[in-house]
Amino acid sequence: MKRTSAFNVVSVAFGLAFLYLPIAILVIYSFNASRLVTVWGGWSLAWYRELLRDQAILDAAWMSLRIGALSASAATVLGTLAAVALTRARRFRGRLMFSGMVYAPLVMPEVITGLSLLLLFVATGVDRGFWTVTAAHTTLTMCFVTVIVQSRLIGFDRSLEEAAMDLGCPPLKTFLIVTLPLIWPAVAAGWMLAFSLSLDDLVIASFTTGPGATTLPIRIYSQVRLGVKPEINAICTIMIAVVALATIVSSLAAKRGATRRAREGLGVQV
Amino acid sequence: MSARGAGKRPGGGRLVVLIPYLWLIAFFLAPFVIVAKISLSQTAMALPPYTPVLDLAAGWAGLKQFAAQLSLDSYALLASDELYLRSYLKSLEIAGVSTVLLLLIGYPLAYGIARSPRGLQPLLVMLVVLPFWTSFLIRVYAWINILQRDGLLNDVLMRLHVIGAPIAWLSTDTAIYIGVVYSYLPFMVLPLYASLEKIDPSLLEAAADLGCPRWKAFWRVTLPLSWPGVAAGALLCFIPITGEFVIPDLLGGSRTLMIGQTLWTEFFSNRDWPVASAIAVALLALLLVPILFYERLQKRAIGETP
Repeated sequence: MKRTSAFNVVSVAFGLAFLYLPIAILVIYSFNASRLVTVWGGWSLAWYRELLRDQAILDAAWMSLRIGALSASAATVLGTLAAVALTRARRFRGRLMFSGMVYAPLVMPEVITGLSLLLLFVATGVDRGFWTVTAAHTTLTMCFVTVIVQSRLIGFDRSLEEAAMDLGCPPLKTFLIVTLPLIWPAVAAGWMLAFSLSLDDLVIASFTTGPGATTLPIRIYSQVRLGVKPEINAICTIMIAVVALATIVSSLAAKRGATRRAREGLGVQV
Repeated sequence: MSARGAGKRPGGGRLVVLIPYLWLIAFFLAPFVIVAKISLSQTAMALPPYTPVLDLAAGWAGLKQFAAQLSLDSYALLASDELYLRSYLKSLEIAGVSTVLLLLIGYPLAYGIARSPRGLQPLLVMLVVLPFWTSFLIRVYAWINILQRDGLLNDVLMRLHVIGAPIAWLSTDTAIYIGVVYSYLPFMVLPLYASLEKIDPSLLEAAADLGCPRWKAFWRVTLPLSWPGVAAGALLCFIPITGEFVIPDLLGGSRTLMIGQTLWTEFFSNRDWPVASAIAVALLALLLVPILFYERLQKRAIGETP
């Protein structure tokens, strides 16, 4: 029995208002014709037009999207492998250190990770730029993928894999045609999270970037330090819209997958 | 790395472990070794701006010469200059107070969601997580719009005649607390919700049947059972907040620096790599106990034996 008391409703409403009000204000003011935050000058798309003319911002956005897509893909592969290793290989030499290295980046302050990666790149004499930021983001985000995929692998019926292998299916094929389809939602969610973390990161990118590889957060940050600008409101609104759309689409897809599976499950029972 | 241990995948099983293992050693562990090494070096007007540089080609003699040149100067500087100690303490203070504030706001929110109708819960959880998917930088920036001198908060407060003149919200600790609480709220709510949602309602019914008042049932049943969520949420917030850079840099003042900012300044403005590395090592040492504690919780939550 769940009782919905007035206190609970108020605390949820207050919490959600606190989370959404600042974002709503940001979105509304991106359409403000006036340059001042407190003066409402009517609806306008002026700042979006301004944005389209700002080549530096557009270049930075393109750079961020490429780094995000590449590092998220690499992180998904590495993170899924690590999750499989941690759930399936119960004992191997160095397991403790391995799991320690997987969980530590989740809470490690970004300034430490960023500084240490930069010093690695300097020590090895690698040219800094696109590839170093991508490698840094891969390292950071693979750990998030591991946690997501691992939680899926734990609540997973191993008898299906065993059945496939008893019937003579080689291990790699078993993984590809039995395991992977079953953990697919977690793998996809891991990719999405890795991608958005990469798009979001300022600190690690600032340390590991080089000439010619300015990402969107680095660009926005250098603008924001100079004060609030309506163009920044506009680009932030676009980013929020993209993220909201992606979240809605992926949650709808997950829901449809769940209904289909439920239906198939019923079919088997009938 | 026994093949049997890696399931029924003799050759592939080894690779499954090796590939991510080697990646993490190369990009996570090795960098820390380098940081530790550079923190023992001395600043130099050169590129890279520190000395000594380890010359592996020189063999054993090179290694001995390298070891002889290591120094604790950077750490001595950290200990002697009050600036560093102050920023460590400031970071701990901000992280501690923020974590308490996050618990005070996050607990009722998570509790309210866990007590709402079953069908509504996934939607409410999604609403809490959704802002986390939008950029961190955007969320901090959104507050500059509100908190600046001619911003919305002052505007609203003046129209309501709560204040007579604009208040400088930005560049204060208050602004840092607002930004931190706002940015980290989902990290607090999710683990709390996960542990609150698992509590069997029949326990509370039993308490009520036996004449236990509701506040007491909360104190004696709900709160102790949600303890793992409280610990996980608190650590998940406290550790990264201590090293936070973006929020204090954009919202905070220039008089008190958090340690993340001090590290950033030493590195980018002063170009003093050994001192920046020493700050990182000291910060890591400070956070080592909470990080290990968090890893234990994480392993237990994921169902591994600790």
